[in-house]
Amino acid sequence: MTYLLVGIGGILGSLLRYYLGVFTHSWWAYSFPLGTLITNLMGCFILGWFTYRMIKMNVFPSAVLAGIGTGFVGSFTTFSTFSVETVTLIKNDTSLLAFLYVALSLFGGLLMSWSGYRVGDRSANKLKKKGEQLL
Amino acid sequence: MTALLIALGGFLGAIARYVLSTWMNQKSTTGFPIGTLCVNLVGSFLLGILVGNGMTSGVYSFLGVGFMGAFTTFSTFKLENIHLHEKKMHTVLFPYLAFSYIGGIVLAFIGMLAGAL
Repeated sequence: MTYLLVGIGGILGSLLRYYLGVFTHSWWAYSFPLGTLITNLMGCFILGWFTYRMIKMNVFPSAVLAGIGTGFVGSFTTFSTFSVETVTLIKNDTSLLAFLYVALSLFGGLLMSWSGYRVGDRSANKLKKKGEQLL
Repeated sequence: MTALLIALGGFLGAIARYVLSTWMNQKSTTGFPIGTLCVNLVGSFLLGILVGNGMTSGVYSFLGVGFMGAFTTFSTFKLENIHLHEKKMHTVLFPYLAFSYIGGIVLAFIGMLAGAL
């Protein structure tokens, strides 16, 4: 069951990544890979938020969590495209853009992941407190 | 047709990553996320081959955008970085970052050269 849910998450995540890339391409004509960067940074925030919120809430079965976290968000973001795009930027003599791309992915990703985790952790704690007050 | 190929690739890529990375991460005794590192490095190399080879659109949609895109992951990698930082395991965090970025870019480069042969 977990495998199937991870696979379905993979379908949805991959398609969303593809269409977001096509959409970005329609208004961004420069060689800097903005589409992948936006996708990866968004995914970092969502996964950080989702993971901490869901762990604290403890309502969904682990197969569903794997389907959404590992399947959907995991497939939405990508590392292979990032690596190949970086090499392409270096090959095209735009090493400065390559450096910028790596730096924004590295530090931006950490920041987004951390922010997602903080927001998720805090909102989960608030919900928990509300529940305790109701009791 | 493109969407169908990407969907099929994404389905298989996500399951392959789940199976491989869970299995390998469990084997790691040092807390080093070896599974995620492996899928990201292997995926970077293989995507490099596809791009270097100048694959046609259908095959690329299935293997490149779908399978390799879903097989490798950026969000899990970053969340693992945060976990390692929270646990103050910086002796694992820094090598993990270095191996991922340097390894991924170097392997993509070698893959692109190999694919162009």
